[in-house]
Amino acid sequence: MAKSLRIIPEKCTGCMQCELACSWVQTGMFQPSRSLIRVNIFDEQASYAPYTCFQCDEAWCMTACPVNAISIDANTGAKVVGDANCVGCGLCTIACPFGTVFYNPDTQKAFKCDLCDGNPACAVACPTGAIEYTESESADWLGGWAEKVNESYLTSIEGGNAA
Amino acid sequence: MSNGGWTGTVLRVDLTTGRISKEPLNMDWAKSFVGGRGLAARYLYEEMDPAADALGPDNKMIFATGPMTGTNASTSSRYMVVTKGALTNAITTSNSGGHWGPELKFAGYDMLIVEGRAPVPSYISICDGDVRICSAEHLWGKTVWETDDIVREESGQHDTVVTCIGPAGENLVRFAAIVNDRHRAAGRSGVGAVMGSKNLKAIAVRGTGGVPIADPQKFMSAMWEMKSKLVEHPVTGEGLAAYGTAVLVNIINESGALPTNNHQVSQLEGADNISGETLADTRLVANKACFGCTIACGRVSQLPGEAQDKFTVTTRPHNWKIAVEGPEYENAWAMGADCGINDLDALIKANAMCNELGMDPISFGATLAAAMELYETGAVSDEQTGMPLNFGSGDALVAMTEKAAYREGFGDELAEGSKRMTAKFNRPEFFMGVRGQEFPAYDARAIQGMGLGYATSNRGACHLKSYTVAPEILGIPEKMDPAVTEGKAEITKIFQDATCTVDASGLCLFLTFGVGLDEIQPQLEAVTGISYTVPELLEVGERVWNIERMWNQRAGFSGKDDTLPKRLLEEPIPDGPTKGEVNRLGEMLPEYYEIRGWNAEGEPTQEKLASLGLA
Repeated sequence: MAKSLRIIPEKCTGCMQCELACSWVQTGMFQPSRSLIRVNIFDEQASYAPYTCFQCDEAWCMTACPVNAISIDANTGAKVVGDANCVGCGLCTIACPFGTVFYNPDTQKAFKCDLCDGNPACAVACPTGAIEYTESESADWLGGWAEKVNESYLTSIEGGNAA
Repeated sequence: MSNGGWTGTVLRVDLTTGRISKEPLNMDWAKSFVGGRGLAARYLYEEMDPAADALGPDNKMIFATGPMTGTNASTSSRYMVVTKGALTNAITTSNSGGHWGPELKFAGYDMLIVEGRAPVPSYISICDGDVRICSAEHLWGKTVWETDDIVREESGQHDTVVTCIGPAGENLVRFAAIVNDRHRAAGRSGVGAVMGSKNLKAIAVRGTGGVPIADPQKFMSAMWEMKSKLVEHPVTGEGLAAYGTAVLVNIINESGALPTNNHQVSQLEGADNISGETLADTRLVANKACFGCTIACGRVSQLPGEAQDKFTVTTRPHNWKIAVEGPEYENAWAMGADCGINDLDALIKANAMCNELGMDPISFGATLAAAMELYETGAVSDEQTGMPLNFGSGDALVAMTEKAAYREGFGDELAEGSKRMTAKFNRPEFFMGVRGQEFPAYDARAIQGMGLGYATSNRGACHLKSYTVAPEILGIPEKMDPAVTEGKAEITKIFQDATCTVDASGLCLFLTFGVGLDEIQPQLEAVTGISYTVPELLEVGERVWNIERMWNQRAGFSGKDDTLPKRLLEEPIPDGPTKGEVNRLGEMLPEYYEIRGWNAEGEPTQEKLASLGLA
């Protein structure tokens, strides 16, 4: 079974160590604007959670790429952008439903999470265990989280009458 | 020349002329003052007449990061606001975390120097190399949180970080703060009033660049070593993480060192109601970290339904339903114990209002405490205050928080700070502070070293300039008896110097609970590529302390100002475990001057200045 990144939003403190670690891998500098994992802070809801590529089984970025520059890494299962083939058209960044494929203006290529060849720097850097790299079928945990968020949303608009 | 840490560029904005310029960082100064508090003090000493009016156009404000700011070293979030304080007329060094400092670094600047006064309300917009002065006419009067929302929206970039003033800064409240990320503040000495006097509402920053590291391999190993030590330490790994800074409420109260009712007594009845433990049990919704911080001492709390309408203030009702940051130990003390209040909901509400309106909750709370003593002794009447100001009244606290920020009614008196306010009502002895700045949350009668630290602090009374509470109460790194004066001069000097170095590096002082200069030295060296030994780093701190002292001398301060209020020197603590104690400053001060290499008047000698390269 392949490993995947599992995010536990309740544990995140918004410290950005994952962004720092990822940007270091990408650029050799501490440069959060080039991080492939992003933390969004919602102060009024006390919600801080990182998100990054879920390595979808049905990867739309791969489907959209006109030059077949995105391939599946045999060891990790990560969808990886091949710099030699990428022409920087940006179609994959539009196709991704989660907004986790980015365009790098410095290299003029697409770039996305490649699971650091099986040792994701973000998971290593997280001081609270909010990012785990564990064996699981797929990013199934996301469904449960989405349900929970949806439920709290319905509760807030319907005054607690949500099913 | 360095190839890491510093960006090498200083941004300068003259609000009077609208001139924006970028200049190379003075690398000689960078090496000997490192950054942040130190480097900014060096620039301010060179460029500004310390006798200038704090609220006039000749005062300058320096927003300074350190070489560690923006790296992945733990607690790398800090920036310093260095200017002449509106509360104190002394040099001030107000520190803040959050995300603003790193973002300034990513935009390509070590420091921002703001000069002059804008002809109309303005804000500065920085997006990498693109720097503009924009109109803030539409923002004037807005709260910190409203300003944060609007300016981010106008920038068109989700990741823009805003630091700004609220109504308190605009109204030149003497203890107005500068607030970034909605809840993180360069809080003390009235830096927000200085910004308000310049007609400067906000500074928005978006940076897409990076911070390079001179020796990555060495840095990574030293960085991980420090992080593991922080995790393993009981304070940085457990206490602060589990309960936030308010973990101190019960500890300091039980030690008989929690100033209560404007320092009349030193224990608060029902202190546990406002402790970090109670907060965690009843009102806490999340722990929040500043940028890069692996400690995450920040608390996020929320009032439950029944508590949302508990107090008389009904403006902006939405804000009583949302999650807000705090309370921290210092504001839980100032607005709590010092005002005799043990109602956690009142503190959560008043603290959030301080963040929203842009005020320092320490000086505000302590000033309200002095007002309560004025009220209870009959020095001010109901007619003057507009409402009862009894110790213990959460209602008075919440109401006066808003009135002070807007200078409404008696709030106009509070807004001047307790030194000016108590003098006006002929009770100057009720002012509890040094150099015009109110004490923080430790009774100097119960902790002798803190008295010396307060009396000699360059920015006025402050707990963050020589936190000898660590050895004297917490036993870190080794236990010292808080009741004795012996050894306190020496430890105070060491703590003051080491703190200057941490403040210059861009790291947070809180990490020093768990680590010291031994752990910071290899990281700083690896980041900058410049070799520093630990003794050299301590000397950097001493250099910073002395240049601040010289700046203050030129501003009109002298050894005569190194003193404490009569209450702490002559009125013994009436009750509790520290009953009978006064602060014996006279036993410590001459020894302190001697250890500092200063003369009997407290002036740095030529020999001392020469040895520090300051002659």
